[in-house]
Amino acid sequence: MTNPAPAAITALADKVPSKPPRSKWTDVWHQFSKHKGALMGAAFLIFITLAVLFGSWIWTLDPQKLDIRNKDLRPIYTALWDGAAKVAWAHPLGTDNLGRDGLANLIAGGRASMAVGWAAMLLSLFIGTAVGVISGYFRRLDGPLMRLTDLFLSLPILPLLLVAVTLFRQPLRASFGPEGGMFVLIVAVIGITSWMPTARIVRGDVLALKEREFILAARSIGTTPFKIIQRHLLPNVLSPIMVSATLGLATAIITESALSFLGVGFPSDFPTWGKMLADAVPRMNDFPERVLLPGIMISLTVLGVNYLGDGLRDALDPRIRGR
Amino acid sequence: MLTFAIRRLVLSVPTLLFISFAIFMLLQLAPGDPMSQVPLTVPPEVKEQMRQALGLGEPPLVQYWKWLVQIFWIEPQVLWDHWFGTTFSEGQLRVISWQTRSPVMDIVLQRIPQTLWVVGLSYVVGVLIALPIGIYSAYRQYSVFDQAGTFITMIGFSIPPFFTGPLLIVIFSVQLGWFPSIYDTTLVVNSWDTFMVQLQQMIMPVMVLALQTTAQLSRYMRASMLDNLNQDYVRTARAKGLSEAVVVMVHVLRNSMIPVVTVIALGVPAIFGGAIITENVFKVNGIGQLLITALFANDLPMVMTLTFIFAVLIVTFNLIADILYGVLDPRIRYD
Repeated sequence: MTNPAPAAITALADKVPSKPPRSKWTDVWHQFSKHKGALMGAAFLIFITLAVLFGSWIWTLDPQKLDIRNKDLRPIYTALWDGAAKVAWAHPLGTDNLGRDGLANLIAGGRASMAVGWAAMLLSLFIGTAVGVISGYFRRLDGPLMRLTDLFLSLPILPLLLVAVTLFRQPLRASFGPEGGMFVLIVAVIGITSWMPTARIVRGDVLALKEREFILAARSIGTTPFKIIQRHLLPNVLSPIMVSATLGLATAIITESALSFLGVGFPSDFPTWGKMLADAVPRMNDFPERVLLPGIMISLTVLGVNYLGDGLRDALDPRIRGR
Repeated sequence: MLTFAIRRLVLSVPTLLFISFAIFMLLQLAPGDPMSQVPLTVPPEVKEQMRQALGLGEPPLVQYWKWLVQIFWIEPQVLWDHWFGTTFSEGQLRVISWQTRSPVMDIVLQRIPQTLWVVGLSYVVGVLIALPIGIYSAYRQYSVFDQAGTFITMIGFSIPPFFTGPLLIVIFSVQLGWFPSIYDTTLVVNSWDTFMVQLQQMIMPVMVLALQTTAQLSRYMRASMLDNLNQDYVRTARAKGLSEAVVVMVHVLRNSMIPVVTVIALGVPAIFGGAIITENVFKVNGIGQLLITALFANDLPMVMTLTFIFAVLIVTFNLIADILYGVLDPRIRYD
């Protein structure tokens, strides 16, 4: 028994959306893909990760194999300007003073550097998020945890890293083996000393979110704090965590290389990019590529990660997105 | 403001005490033994006496207390004696390095000028380069200069000093031969020629450190300028007919400098830490290089004191940054 609505009222009726609403992540991707540097950074990071993961199956030379007859080969491209250079197609990036293949070493070194970087970043994210969420959500723990964060922020990080690595090298080597012990040690010290920025950002966001109505609603139906954190808070603080994850990856890679460079990193027969660079410095006059190649790999990876972080920050910030 | 400053100053004392305690306890776990180099023919009783002489026989807490007394009570007395010729510290035991058997503070004081010259100058150079780049690239946002500047600062941000150092050495020392690759600390500057030599050997380490500073600071400067350039007061300033130079260089710059100044203050201790690597690359015998050699030689008193000095630097500059922020920005009220 309904009369057709008058024309004036039809004009007032809600418009049916012309296209389905877009999800948040579509928007984020849309904004992210506008940032050329971020796209290139992400592509390079994926490329380098795949290369160090699967490169050793494509370039099957053993990085540790000594080939003393072919020692001190130059990379193949030096033949372009120096006809007399000792080059061989079997070793496109040359060999070092013991005849170990440059490309295979670069792949193996990259695998170690990236593994340390990712693991340390994940550890520091985990600690930072946990401290941030707990101190933001539980008022009683806020004071002590933030004092702890301040305290960690006033620690001299690089000297302490050096101290910790030199002190604990022996016991950890004894229990996890030379490479494993060093890996655990470096990941742990980088993770423990770099979680503070994440904790601060996450705490600030949680403090603001906690006062919002949906948290009140969740609490009023009897949701336990753990569930609130898991279902309602963590998804909402995901974006700052992702941004600080990229920053953390960059710092972790650089810190590991710096430790290796100063000679407190992995054992000498275990290549990482920083170690290769450090080992090559004394003879860089004759073989500049041994410094340049690992150095460029570190720099490009960190550059890519930084650009990725820049793009992510823009894409995940709703105030910037859509402009 | 004053009460805030005093409260922060008082609070920094337990922070420093706790940090020094943490470092001390960490060093107690060190597996190395300073007696390991002593020949096996030395009888154990003598060894035990040598251990006592190094202050190793006591429980850790007593050792820590003695270190505290030496650093905070005896060392200032030594300084006082040195300045005024008094004899308060005579016969008092100072913090002794296990490597050289001489007081740690004397060695540190010998090394500090090199570090301060290189680090301090690089920081000044970095700030002087970074600020104009940041200001101009914010003023002409998305221009070619801005794009290039952002790209270059991003690169400077990403290339670690242990790569730029050897790179500069290869280019400027090996290929071009312009600058020496090793910093000569025995050089005495007393004439124009020695001054030029000093200048030449300082250029590369200063540049390596300045690149890091520049990259970080110009990004902050740009972001802070961008925040301010769109504000209403800028439109008002333009509307009342002020010249563009006055609007940007006086009105906007003064407001944008507030966060940047605190970042500059906060960056000082970080650059001291970063100098450890640069000093190692260019063989500058500053305190960073001292720390590394002391670590490898298992010289725990030296390591302890140096790490503590770094911690003092960080706490001090955090304090300075906080106070500066309050002084510069009248909107900030701490009480």
